[in-house]
Amino acid sequence: MKINLFTQSREDTFLRRMSGVAKLVCFLLLTFTVMLSYDIRVIAFTIILSFVMFHISKVTWRQIRVIACILLLFLLLNALFTFLLAPEQGVKIYGSRHEIFHIAGRYTLTQEQLLYMSSKLLKYVAVAPLGLIFFLCTDPSELAASLNGIGMPYKGAYAVSLTLRYFPDLQRDYNNISMSQQARGLEMSKKAGFASRVKNALAIIVPLIFSTLERIEVISNAMDLRAFGKHKKRTWYSARKISRQDILAIAVTALIFAVSLYITFFINHSRFYDPFA
Amino acid sequence: MQENDREPIIVFDNFGFQYFSQAEPTLAGIDLKIYPGEKALIVGPSGSGKSTLGHCLNGLIPFAYKGKQTGTLTIAGACSQEQTIFDRSKVVGTVLQDSDGQFVGLTVGEDIAFALENDCMATPEMHRRVEQAAAMVDMDSHLKNSPNELSGGQKQRTALAGVMIDDVQILLFDEPLANLDPATGKTAIEIIDNIHRDTDKTVIIIEHRLEDVLHRPVDRVIVVDDGRIVADMTPDELLCAGVLRAHGIREPLYVTALKYAGVSLTPDMRPSHVESIDLTDADTKLRRWLTTVQRDTAVNQNPPVLSVEDVSFSYDGKRDVLKDVSFEIRQGEMVSIVGRNGAGKTTITQLMCGFETEHSGIIRYQGEDIAPHSIRERAEYLGLVMQNPNQMISEAMIADEVGLGLKLRGIPSEERAERVNTALRVCDLSPYRSWPIAALSFGQKKRVTIASMLTLNPKVLILDEPTAGQDFRHYTEIMRFLARLNEDGLTVVLITHDMHLMLEYTPRAIVLSDGEVIADAPASEVLTDAGVIERANLKETSLYTLTQRAHIESGTDFVQSFIDHEKWLRSRSDDGDG
Amino acid sequence: MEQKKLFTFSTRILVATALGAALFFILNTFVRIPTPVPATYIMPSWAIAAFFGALFGPITSALMTLIAVILSGAIDGGMWWSWIIAGGVAGFIYGFAFKFVNVNRGEFKLKGILIFNAIQIAGNVIAWFVVAPVLDILIYAEPVELVFLQGAVAGLTNIIGCAVIGTLLLLAYSATRSKEGSLKKDTDNADKQA
Repeated sequence: MKINLFTQSREDTFLRRMSGVAKLVCFLLLTFTVMLSYDIRVIAFTIILSFVMFHISKVTWRQIRVIACILLLFLLLNALFTFLLAPEQGVKIYGSRHEIFHIAGRYTLTQEQLLYMSSKLLKYVAVAPLGLIFFLCTDPSELAASLNGIGMPYKGAYAVSLTLRYFPDLQRDYNNISMSQQARGLEMSKKAGFASRVKNALAIIVPLIFSTLERIEVISNAMDLRAFGKHKKRTWYSARKISRQDILAIAVTALIFAVSLYITFFINHSRFYDPFA
Repeated sequence: MQENDREPIIVFDNFGFQYFSQAEPTLAGIDLKIYPGEKALIVGPSGSGKSTLGHCLNGLIPFAYKGKQTGTLTIAGACSQEQTIFDRSKVVGTVLQDSDGQFVGLTVGEDIAFALENDCMATPEMHRRVEQAAAMVDMDSHLKNSPNELSGGQKQRTALAGVMIDDVQILLFDEPLANLDPATGKTAIEIIDNIHRDTDKTVIIIEHRLEDVLHRPVDRVIVVDDGRIVADMTPDELLCAGVLRAHGIREPLYVTALKYAGVSLTPDMRPSHVESIDLTDADTKLRRWLTTVQRDTAVNQNPPVLSVEDVSFSYDGKRDVLKDVSFEIRQGEMVSIVGRNGAGKTTITQLMCGFETEHSGIIRYQGEDIAPHSIRERAEYLGLVMQNPNQMISEAMIADEVGLGLKLRGIPSEERAERVNTALRVCDLSPYRSWPIAALSFGQKKRVTIASMLTLNPKVLILDEPTAGQDFRHYTEIMRFLARLNEDGLTVVLITHDMHLMLEYTPRAIVLSDGEVIADAPASEVLTDAGVIERANLKETSLYTLTQRAHIESGTDFVQSFIDHEKWLRSRSDDGDG
Repeated sequence: MEQKKLFTFSTRILVATALGAALFFILNTFVRIPTPVPATYIMPSWAIAAFFGALFGPITSALMTLIAVILSGAIDGGMWWSWIIAGGVAGFIYGFAFKFVNVNRGEFKLKGILIFNAIQIAGNVIAWFVVAPVLDILIYAEPVELVFLQGAVAGLTNIIGCAVIGTLLLLAYSATRSKEGSLKKDTDNADKQA
């Protein structure tokens, strides 16, 4: 039972050489592009782009196999429930109705529903690799500097850095506590009733929280003693200069974002691409 | 007291402090002057007020801890109450006891740079300064390492670089030895001393392990107890003054040995270092004493209760953490398992308790292979007590906590109450049975966790560093309690790197190094064997050094006599108690 | 008595945020309690957020949920901004319990329990019955029926989780606070406590 936040891909790729700020900006712009647009062409383009980057990043299939399967399962469930609960959602959105075939009762498969559901599915698929690539190819040390660089107050940015710093320590605490409680007879199995499951969970959570509260005290003292929070801003040891490559990458993604907005406002006149009109 | 023409850098004048949450002042009537460039050691038992003194120096009082101050404290000419914690951090640099808590950066480089970042220094300049500071503590080749890749000693050196980067005038070390193994602790004291000699910084060390700090010279020792300064003198004077035991500080072992031998110490014998002490008349007395010691010849001949046979294990399938490890633990024994961090001590306990499964080899309990037993089944004969009791306690009330294991096993409430009562009585906790656990001291909490194991009637109790971070009094309290359980028939296994503990309480030590057993012998042999000491990151005991200086032929024999003598003294005082 | 300020971003608050986020993330991954209803779980992580909110205020509880939810979203490919934002809103509202509940001084009795629960219910209702579904509709054009069903399940399980686990944690915590101060010089860490 061990998760590695940031099993860093140490491969020297252009994605790793990019500065953290640039990566963060590109990541956010692309995410927002997919979030705002419902045009399947825009979405498909972003998917291709993110798969190309995925290839460049040299993240291996083995690193993400489990995640991909869980995600796929989730998306299939989402599609199933969407169809069961709202078979006419597509018709409602596009304002037309082209039947493919009747299934049963109120369930008819329409071209509109098919387009709507595949656009939605691809929308979710498009974001998934972006997040993974960003976190797998960003040096955690650089993350706080980058967040601060794009305007997040430095205390918030530092909180992110500290989360990553103490995550392994707390995970070790969790494992220790869980082991010692199991030795005392705590069964983590499924047979127990709801009340005893809650109690079992508490037997692990309570010591974990209390030892974490102790840590909070020590760490905040240590930071105060080294003058954290003295000024309104702070500099970063791990900050990297923005290179020409970085500016180029930001420019390209900004262009994609702008084009998608243009399509939304001036071509489709809506977030949806309507081939049925 | 040292005469000094210069102005003192720290002046406590009739100083007192009381936390708002406390009913009485923690510090009272403190008068203390420390001069620039001095190296002072502050010793005192837990709760004496020595940590509070440290908080007053580094500014956590009044910044983080609120209370009422009386008298004045002046640091580098400024009145303490007029300074912010930011001003103070430019004058006093603190290295905390908990090096994981102090290490806030994701890498060594970032952590050293932390104070500079807060001062808004430009990044390139920062890199230059970090490299310099890292080189001073020999960490310059580790700048990109994360804390999880470092040893305790390396983390502490990073912390030291992180405070020195600010060019502070005063370095304050709060219990620097608490989390280090003996060899690393020795190195830490050497590093502190080198920095003190190479720079003109004032160094203040707060510790209760007097002997370990005195490995390198200090100018003064200040003894604090019950919120007051009870002694302030040179180490040589202090060791002759006889105030240490009265205030719960352990004196160096060689000093104790000399006292047993009837040698009366005087400051001009320079007793503060075992290498330099004048033994002109002492060696004959030591020899004579050696012949009078009553030796303990009892040998445990019981059948083994636990045996580990050719066990190997690896977490990643590549590097073996344990290689063909074999040893036996006999019924009723008290044994210590020692070795440096990463030697495999924790892994072997995890295998015994069933948290991990050995790749090859067999672990037997009373002759039976325990591979088929679940974690829960093993807990009924093998109790594991973790280092930090706060990581084991999940109930608010003592009786509930102690009875948890029984409750989880569905034992009916009458029987449960009875077994809980027995365990509480054995652990001297009966008067507190209805107390909330939060009101207990560390040592009492430790006993609660032991009691909660004892309710399951285990035959073997394994304890991970049972005395870590404890002062002499609490250490003695915990260890005597364990020794008593052992006398009542419980087998006790201690995972430790505390050399005193090995020497005093466990007749046998199993030493692991790089996943192999490199010694399985009496503690007196282990701690006098240079090869084993080096591979296990231990330190030669000062008793052995003493024998060499006094030209006594068998050092091991002398150490063993010392152990037997102490044991005899202990049993006599226990009889007196009962 | 010093006034409790909701929005001071002190170092202690910052550290609580960071470690709270790490805790949330760990519990979110490892601990889920199955309910009698199939395929629905109570996530104790949200009760931790409510607990931290009552101890440290809205900055901690809002930011810790945001950090943890974004991190886990990035790791498992589920960057649903609608639910991330809703999580932040829930955390933010939990934090108002800090102003009204005095756990630190060991005064967590019936009144405190009621206020804490009123606030967590308000937070969960607003976040999961309103914010998450509405954003799902706006961003992902999800069908109304689906999102309100999902929101209701999440909202109800979180309300139950916070009510049971959050309340028990606060009771346990306040039990540790009540005796300090009133005890005369503890034998051990007396000089570290403040």
